[in-house]
Amino acid sequence: MTFRIKPIMLKVAAVAWLLGATSAMADTTLEFTQWWEPELPAGSLRKIMDDFEAANPGIKVTLVSGPYAATRDQISVGAATGTLSDVVGLDGAWVNNLNAQNALADMNPMMDASKFDKAQVADIIKVDGKAVMFPVASFVYPVFVNLDLAAQAGVTKLPSTRAEFLEAAKKMTHADKNQYGWVLPLSMQSPSGVQNDMMSWVWASGQSMMADGKPALEGKPVVDMLTFVKSLNDAGTISPGIATKTEQEKVEEFVNDRVGMMIDSLAHVNLIRKRNPKLNFDLIPVPVVEGYTGKRGLPYASWGIGISAGSKHQEEAWKLVQYLMSEKVNAKLVSLANAFPGNVNAKPDFVTSDKAFGKAFEIFKTGYLANEFTGLPVAEDLMTQFDVEAQKMLAGEQSPEQAAANAQKGWTAKF
Amino acid sequence: MTRQKRSRHRLKRTVAPYLYLSPSLVIIGLLMLLPMVTVISYSFQNSAVLRRDSSFAGLKHYQAIFADPVFWASLWHTLYFTCISVIFHMTIGMIFALMLNSDRINPTLRNILRVLYILPWLFTAVIIAVIWRLLLEPNGVVNSILMQLGIIGSKIEWFSSPETALHAVTFANIWAGYPLFMVSLLAGLQGIPKDFYEAADIDGAKAYQKLIFITIPQLMPIIISISLLDFIWTMQVFPLIWITTGGGPIYSTEVLSTYTYKLAFSSYNLSQAAASAVVILLISLGLTLFYIRYQKAR
Repeated sequence: MTFRIKPIMLKVAAVAWLLGATSAMADTTLEFTQWWEPELPAGSLRKIMDDFEAANPGIKVTLVSGPYAATRDQISVGAATGTLSDVVGLDGAWVNNLNAQNALADMNPMMDASKFDKAQVADIIKVDGKAVMFPVASFVYPVFVNLDLAAQAGVTKLPSTRAEFLEAAKKMTHADKNQYGWVLPLSMQSPSGVQNDMMSWVWASGQSMMADGKPALEGKPVVDMLTFVKSLNDAGTISPGIATKTEQEKVEEFVNDRVGMMIDSLAHVNLIRKRNPKLNFDLIPVPVVEGYTGKRGLPYASWGIGISAGSKHQEEAWKLVQYLMSEKVNAKLVSLANAFPGNVNAKPDFVTSDKAFGKAFEIFKTGYLANEFTGLPVAEDLMTQFDVEAQKMLAGEQSPEQAAANAQKGWTAKF
Repeated sequence: MTRQKRSRHRLKRTVAPYLYLSPSLVIIGLLMLLPMVTVISYSFQNSAVLRRDSSFAGLKHYQAIFADPVFWASLWHTLYFTCISVIFHMTIGMIFALMLNSDRINPTLRNILRVLYILPWLFTAVIIAVIWRLLLEPNGVVNSILMQLGIIGSKIEWFSSPETALHAVTFANIWAGYPLFMVSLLAGLQGIPKDFYEAADIDGAKAYQKLIFITIPQLMPIIISISLLDFIWTMQVFPLIWITTGGGPIYSTEVLSTYTYKLAFSSYNLSQAAASAVVILLISLGLTLFYIRYQKAR
C-alpha cells in the first residue's frame, strides 16, 4: 500500500510544482518602493495593490516600504547601482538628481502608446523634456488661523494681503503672554521652511523665484518677500527661536494657542484636532501682494510616482501608474491620506464630510499647485543655502537685498 | 618521523593560530576595513556612489573642502566643543567622585546622590537633546528662572542665537557625558590604599595637599585614558547637535560630523563627504595612536 501511495504522491507533487512554476513564470512581479504605506492606515495600500492585481491578472506587486528618509537613501543607492525598483515613490526634490543618473524612465512614450488623457492629471513633472513623475497625492499648505486669538485681538477680517497679514500678526502678538502672530521654522536640520513658509509667499502672488529655468533670487518677488518677512520679524510678531525651530514645533505652538497664524500642511488638520480638540481655527489662502487678483499659487508637497529606466517590466509598471492615477483609485488613495488628488476629476470623500477640508479643497480648486523646488538640482541644499542667508538677515547681519544676492550666488553655482 | 611529516607538522603549527584568528579577522575585515577602504576610495572618485562610471578625481575633493570656510569653521567648532566638553567632564566627574567617596556624607544621601548623578548616562542622545531643547527654548524653564532671579533681563534664544548656540550645545554635552568620568574615577578612588592618607595625616598634610600629592597622581592613568577616549568619542558626536541646532544658526554649531552629513545627504556630494569623513578618520586615528602609545608606555 505504502509503495503504491508514494508514486501517486510524487506525481501529484510534481504536477503541483509544474503548475506553480508555470504560473510563476507567467506572472510579472513589480517591485514598488515608497514611504506611503507606513503613513496610510494599516493594510490600505496593500488592499489597493490587491485590487490592481485582480484587475490585471498576471501582474503581482511587491511593496517595499520604509520611512521617508530611508526610502530616499534607498532610492539614491538603487539608482547608482542599477537596482532601482520597477515603480518608485518620488519626492519632487529628488527627481533632478535621479534624472541626472538616467535612473527614471520617460513616461511620454508610454502615455502616447496608451492614449493616456494628460488633461486628467494635476501635474506632470518634466526634467529635460522627459516626463519623470506624476504627483499622486498633494498635501497643500494654506494658512491656519486661530480664530479665538484673532477675535481677542480684534481681527475681524482674516487677512487676504501681506499688509493685512502684518497688521493681524501685530494685533495678535503679546510677547508678555508668550503669544505671537506668526511662526517661522528655519531649522537647518530640515530647511523645508524655506519652501513652505517663505517661498510660498512668492508663489501665492503668482510670482516666481526662477527666470528661464535659472535662479532669479535678486528679482523683485524674492526681495519683496524677504523684506516682508523682515518687517514681520522687526515688528516682533514672529515666535522666537526661528533659527532652530522645526515644522513639528511650529505645529505644537499653534496647537497650544501660542501663535495666531501659521502656514502648514493640510495633512496636519487631524493631528491638530487630536492634540487640542477645543482649538477654533480656520484655513485661508496665503495672502498676496497688494493689488494682485490673479490665480494663487498653492505650495504643496507631494507623493510622486515614477518608473525605473532600468525596469524590465515598464509596460506593467505603466499599468500600475495609470491605475493609481485613475479617477476612482486616486480618490480612494487620497481619501485615505487626507491629501488632494493627482487626478483632477477625483473627489476625495473628506471634502464633503469635513468643513475644514472642504474649505481647503475650494482654495485648491481656485488656485494652482506651485512648488518651484520640484525638479531643481540638490533642492534641499538650495534650501539650506537660502536658509543661512535668511537667518543672517533676520539676525541683522545683512539686508534683504544682500541676502537675495548671496543666495543667488550660491544657487547659481549649483545650476 | 620523516622529513615530510616533520615539515607538515611545522606547517600545521604555523597555520593553526591564524585559523583560530580567522573568524575575528574576517569580521574585522568585513565590518571595519572594507567600509573604511571603500570610503577612502570614494574620496578620490568623481560622483562616487551616484554614478556607475565614476572617474578618478585625485585630490580634488580634499582641495574643495579645504577651500571651504565652513569646513574650517566646523573644525574649530569641533575642537572647541570637544576640548571644553572633556575638561568639564573631567572636572565635574572628579568633584562628584570625591563627593561620593567621602566618608563625611551620610551613606543614605550618598546612595541617593549616586543615582542622581548617574542619571544623564541613562538617557539616549535623542532624549538629552529633547530635554535641553525644552529647557533652553526662549519660553522655557531656564529663561523663566533666570529672569525671576534677575540674572537676565530678557529671554535668551540659547540654541537660536549665533552667540550662544555653541556654548549651549557644549553645555548639554557636558551634562550628558560627565558620569563616565565620575564612575571611572570613583572606582579609581576606591582603589587608592588608605595608608597613603594615614601617612599624610601623620605628616600634617592638609586636604588640598592630599588631593594634589596623593589622589591626583594615583588617578592619573585613569584620567589620561578616559580623557583620550572621551576626546575621540566627543569629536564624533552627531545626534545631540543635529537634533538641537542642525548645525545652525548660520553654521555657528556646524561641526565636522554635521558638515559631512550635509555634504552626503543634503548636497548629495558623496565624494566630498567621503573626503571630509577621511579627515575625521585621520584626526581620530592620530588620537588613537597616541592612546595606544600611552597604554604601551604604561
